[in-house]
Amino acid sequence: MLGRTASSLFWMSRYMERAENLARLLEVGHRISLMPGRIEGHRDEWRSTLLSSACEQPYLQKHSEVTAEKVIDFIVFDEDNPTSIRSVVRTARNNARAVRTALTRDVWESINSTWNELVTIKPQDMTKDRIPVFLDWVKQHSMSFRGAVLGTMLRNENYYFSQLGNFIERADNTARILDVKYFILLPKPTDVGSDLDAHQWAQILRSVSAHRAYRWFYRDSAYKPWLVAEFLILREEMPRSLLFSYQWIFTALSGLAALHGKTYACHTQAGEILSMLRNGRMEDIFQSGLHEYLQQFINANNALSMQIGRTYNFP
Amino acid sequence: MAAIFNEMHDKAEQVRSPYLRIDEWLGTLKKKDVERATREAEARFRRQGITFAVYGNNEASERLIPFDIVPRVFAASEWRRLTAGIEQRVRALNAFIHDIYHRQEILRAGRVPQDIIINNAAFVPEMVGVDPARGIYAHVIGIDIVRISENEFYVLEDNCRTPSGVSYMLEDRETMMHLFPELFLRQRVAPVENYPAMLRSTLESVAPPACKGEPTIVVLTPGIHNSAFFEHAFLADEMGAELCEGSDLFVQDGFLYMRTTQAPQRVDVVYRRIDDAFLDPLTFKPDSGIGVPGIFDVYRAGRVTIVNAPGSGIADDKGVYTYIPEVIEFYTGEKPLLKNVKTWRCSETKSLQYVLEHLSELVVKEVHGSGGYGMLVGPTSSKREIEAFRAKLKARPDNYIAQPTLALSAVPTFTASGIAPRHVDLRPFVLSGDRVRITPGGLTRVALKKGSLVVNSSQGGGTKDTWVLED
Repeated sequence: MLGRTASSLFWMSRYMERAENLARLLEVGHRISLMPGRIEGHRDEWRSTLLSSACEQPYLQKHSEVTAEKVIDFIVFDEDNPTSIRSVVRTARNNARAVRTALTRDVWESINSTWNELVTIKPQDMTKDRIPVFLDWVKQHSMSFRGAVLGTMLRNENYYFSQLGNFIERADNTARILDVKYFILLPKPTDVGSDLDAHQWAQILRSVSAHRAYRWFYRDSAYKPWLVAEFLILREEMPRSLLFSYQWIFTALSGLAALHGKTYACHTQAGEILSMLRNGRMEDIFQSGLHEYLQQFINANNALSMQIGRTYNFP
Repeated sequence: MAAIFNEMHDKAEQVRSPYLRIDEWLGTLKKKDVERATREAEARFRRQGITFAVYGNNEASERLIPFDIVPRVFAASEWRRLTAGIEQRVRALNAFIHDIYHRQEILRAGRVPQDIIINNAAFVPEMVGVDPARGIYAHVIGIDIVRISENEFYVLEDNCRTPSGVSYMLEDRETMMHLFPELFLRQRVAPVENYPAMLRSTLESVAPPACKGEPTIVVLTPGIHNSAFFEHAFLADEMGAELCEGSDLFVQDGFLYMRTTQAPQRVDVVYRRIDDAFLDPLTFKPDSGIGVPGIFDVYRAGRVTIVNAPGSGIADDKGVYTYIPEVIEFYTGEKPLLKNVKTWRCSETKSLQYVLEHLSELVVKEVHGSGGYGMLVGPTSSKREIEAFRAKLKARPDNYIAQPTLALSAVPTFTASGIAPRHVDLRPFVLSGDRVRITPGGLTRVALKKGSLVVNSSQGGGTKDTWVLED
């Protein structure tokens, strides 16, 4: 397989995953802005949305103030923003077009129809009441894409590179949401245990569609920080957790190793991250600092992504 | 302009025999069936991404080429006559290109003026003395043919560089079989689906001498922004070949390789869909970002085959076109079976004078133009358009040729006001390698505007499925 093909498969899936995550982040932001009585701190919500989606710098270059309308427009439609939903779907589809030959018809048609429908949606039509429907639409299309990948692709190089992109993005996203929302928004000790606190934790879980799962899993009415963190980092039952993501990454890399009959440095790196997550204990993580832990993870995850690119000759 | 030949109805308004079944079928079709089928066809094309980019527009405006559901039909006997002429022509064209880059016998014999070859932008001096596998240069040719009566076919153009449109030939058939399967039960239509396999066989047959074993074939594309990208991906997929961009290929130790996820892999045959000038920045345009540095040296050394060969364009140049009947006689010793259209070269004083006096009757084209851009169709142009063109022609006469306006045949087509005849042309795709292979069918392009003779998709033309009936 061409190195460029591998790279396009990787980025196609990465960007489709990103589109879904952006939709979730916006959903949470939008939800807060509709809350009656306006919970204190809601203005920070849009800032944290920008931070979690790594859009703050480009946003501030374009806009001087942070408002709901502007943030939504920037994250949904703005073509100057390389990580707007529109931009990432376009990039995903361009990558898919470039590797049409490596995709099943279902995968291609799923991603192509997403783009074809997306271009017919005009920013001026996106009134506030239509946003939730639109964000649902984005999530559904991302999931239909993923379903097509899982349900129709042969378990060969094509599939493995696509999985790598998908889960490296998901791990990065979950780590960043947890880090931004926890570290940046909840620094004041007086807030701990307050309504605001409970509310913020609920949001973190909602950003990864896990607020109900959390209740089922822990059977607990209160949100406990260490449990939320544990859920998103160390629980393999939780499909957006770091451990879950790394199990898939490791499986994909092992699949490649079996096909090629070779392992490389990226296999060692992924194995180290996986065992760090498997053997991790929340006491230790909180002791040494959740923020430091997450930063270290994000860096290691990025380093692995780059190493995969080097190993398999991504252009 | 002579009377228009209607391929379905002859002069007595009788239905011509190849169209008997089509006529019956059209009688049973209701307007809403047609509208539904047309919508379904469009949705199908769009879903699969069979779109082309219009240059100068942004990517949101990927367009569909309109598809007309009424097939264009040839009887087996008509097709046999046509293919005999096509095969004669492509054999002569390849012999001609070989000669031009070797002994130039035809120039020495004075049958084609030397000046028109040597000073031609399409002549590639670097190709002199190069010996491609089997002596074939133009492995894939798309010949544009028009019909003006029962037995008169004219060649408008020989596309010897990187002719496109074959994916439409294949997808139009798929679409028809999907929408109207019963039509194919009523009569036997020769299948076109073997084209990719035939292309692969052709490419394998011209693997370079240095290749031992099964050759590795790649399709070289300029990338996703090229207007024909869908076709590049489609052909690569159908042939089971890698679809490469220039940056995926590199030259090392005298061979061509592709960058893979594992060790570099040798490449033997490159079916390139990029122009000569961009092929190799070390030999041609130095600023080409889409080519492969050094590929031309590997080619000269007989270690890779480039399809079509660089320099093949010398055979489809509009200036050279007028000499093709001579070319056919010179290399085959036979009279041409397919006619050339009478052509005035505006570079010649007498011809220019004639053309200027008859602009309202003629079609005037740029010598190096393509895609239907920059041409004048006299009979359908306004006085003002003609006068504007006259000024351009006078300023640069050697940039133009002129031809009589041919009465292109017409085929029933669905229009806003029901079924009506519209003008068509035909581009069969001809493969040359160990032998000449011609798919029974081709791309029929149709001018959807009433009275229009310009079938190019960039000018609002559409396509039709093209049928060759079996005996």
